Amino acid sequence: MTSTHNIPASGRFPAGGRAFPHRDLIAIGDLERHEILYLLAEAEQYVAFNRQASKHSDRLAGLTIINAFFENSTRTLLSFEIAGKRLGADVVNMHAAQSSVKKGETLIDTAVTLNAMRADAIVIRHGSSGAVGLIASKVDCPVLNAGDGQHEHPTQALLDALALRMKLRERGHDAEDFTGLTVTICGDILHSRVARSNILSLQALGATVRVCAPPALMPSGIARMEIEVHHRFDDALAGADVVMMLRLQNERMDGQFIPSPREFRHLYGLTTERLALAAPDAIVMHPGPMNRGVEIDSDVADLESRSIITSQVEMGVAIRMASLDVLTRKTRQISGWGEGEWV
Amino acid sequence: MKQLRPFTIKNGLVVTPSGIAEGAVRCEDGAISAVGQSAWYDGDEVVDARGKLIAPGLVDLGVFAIDKPAFHFGGITRAALMPDQSPPLDHPARVRFAAQSGKPDFWVHPIAAATAGLDGTHLAEVALMQDAGARAIATGRKWIGDSGVMLRLLQYAAMLDLVVVTHAEDAGLAGNAAATAGEMATRLGLPSAPKEAEALAIARDIALAEASGARLHLRQVTTRGGLELVRSAKARGLSVTAGVTPAHFMLSDLALGDYRTFARLSPPLRSEEDRQAVIEAVGDGTIDVISSGHDPRGPEDKRLPFADAAPGMAGAETLLAMTLTLVRDEVIDLARAFDLLSRNPARLLGVNAGEIAPGKEADLAIIDPEAPWIVDSAKMTAQAGNTPFDRQPVQGRVTKLFKGGTQIDL
Repeated sequence: MTSTHNIPASGRFPAGGRAFPHRDLIAIGDLERHEILYLLAEAEQYVAFNRQASKHSDRLAGLTIINAFFENSTRTLLSFEIAGKRLGADVVNMHAAQSSVKKGETLIDTAVTLNAMRADAIVIRHGSSGAVGLIASKVDCPVLNAGDGQHEHPTQALLDALALRMKLRERGHDAEDFTGLTVTICGDILHSRVARSNILSLQALGATVRVCAPPALMPSGIARMEIEVHHRFDDALAGADVVMMLRLQNERMDGQFIPSPREFRHLYGLTTERLALAAPDAIVMHPGPMNRGVEIDSDVADLESRSIITSQVEMGVAIRMASLDVLTRKTRQISGWGEGEWV
Repeated sequence: MKQLRPFTIKNGLVVTPSGIAEGAVRCEDGAISAVGQSAWYDGDEVVDARGKLIAPGLVDLGVFAIDKPAFHFGGITRAALMPDQSPPLDHPARVRFAAQSGKPDFWVHPIAAATAGLDGTHLAEVALMQDAGARAIATGRKWIGDSGVMLRLLQYAAMLDLVVVTHAEDAGLAGNAAATAGEMATRLGLPSAPKEAEALAIARDIALAEASGARLHLRQVTTRGGLELVRSAKARGLSVTAGVTPAHFMLSDLALGDYRTFARLSPPLRSEEDRQAVIEAVGDGTIDVISSGHDPRGPEDKRLPFADAAPGMAGAETLLAMTLTLVRDEVIDLARAFDLLSRNPARLLGVNAGEIAPGKEADLAIIDPEAPWIVDSAKMTAQAGNTPFDRQPVQGRVTKLFKGGTQIDL
């Protein structure tokens, strides 16, 4: 819960008090609109910073950041590692997928162990929904969720929002949020934490969200999240300003959910012809890794004027730098960030 | 521990199947010998109920652990033990041991495993287990997926006149679900199964019970669709009975918020609409039994991510108080509450207890139905405090408890 004195009158950042009163970054669902906007604004400075030849700061010098990944990851882990190192922190990666966790240690014991090593921030990815929040409740430092099961992946939603904002700005739209924009998210919604975080974040920023998947890959009751639910891709695409494609998460599937990837492409693959159904110049996004030729065709993914897939990766580092910066301000005793309770 | 001389509990409100009346209960040789206005004999030991309820001890049909302090706290004098033990109750010797394990101040009625190792495929020696003291047969925590096995089991049980206790969740649909499909599961990103998994399983089990003439008890019926099937089976005159635990009439899947693993149950908590359907079914007689499902689980099973945690709740201590909320809400009256808690389960198990009438075992509880207390998972008498009702203020508490005419220290 946000304490009342921190809530600004109109989407703007609060005067005085901390703009981001949370100790952890677990879920977009925990954040107010102005808190999302604040993280995006903080990240923007790092976009320019990251484009310099020399990109090293000592802002987090002396701090230890542990990346504890209980699930395999390449890009997210790399992105967090680069973010920490560019800020001068000591970054340690723990590949828990092949560590003591396999020897039967419980998650809580692992959390207590990490805590005893006096990390200043812990970045966690775990295969079970709610696991990162559980660890956060047992440690004394900020915890960043790098993906928990099918629940949330908040930095992904933030980097998507930042990449989208950058693209819109490049086209001359300088609004700070996405009011009036229609975003279609298509693919394996059921198994996707990226979809859940993005639905919440895009809605908080004013966009209209459509989701599209075959019934077996659509979570039941999702219409209650006040979104448009489609099973036919053509309907979902009609007039959409942004198309976000998700891959099939075969590793999370318990049984067979679709007949074959070929058939999935037939119904839900984003091809040049299909993309023509969306708004002219509609923006194409994908959180990666892509399965080219399944959910997205190469000539769409590589459309320079429309696809912001590589920009998403770039914004990921900036968002993670901003998140680490903001969450460690209390530890670093930054003026104005030392007081008050975490929420 | 044998009762030494006759005693009379006087000055109470005696709960009998026909209603509540001021009066007294006399016990001799471990059995109830008289119930009435002034059944008081010279020389008896006298216990003053001080205007509180004199009720039958609770008969808890379907518990997963023998946890005497928790049962006694909850006024439970007998419990039917599920076969899901380690090792399972699939052998006569284990049944015989379990049947003796609570005596003298608590009686355990073992439920025989339907299949060897609860594997769902090979029938266990249920007739031998019946001779060893088994009072029912159960499929365990899981449903038997193979309809051929289930039919043969029911035919066999019908011959032995043993009730078959089933867990009604279609295995293919339920998979490894930790929640009921719906908005809550979707927001939390939990693996979920549609609520129809229950009705589907119940429909098959009822059809096979009808074909075999067996007595079928569905241990937990928690959805409107499932309850509707039970209602119509009863209307057709089949021997189908249904039970539920307080979790499914007190809580909906909203309790899963914050990934509280104490609310991880099997079957999972349902929607608010289904919760209302359960309350309705308790009220109209579709549900016959309310049990605790007592399954104490320590931190090694519960301090885990939600979907990885073991299902189950420690329910023995809260069973009575939660059921009394239905009386206060005028869903049922007191007499029916004890039909659900004592008389019906005793009948299903075929034991001479569960109601206050001459000749029945003197398993009695003196209950203050108004006594307020707060459920506190840190202060439970159970082996573990995994209650989904933590911090909830409740009313109703057992002040004195008698098993076979002998008072138990609470």
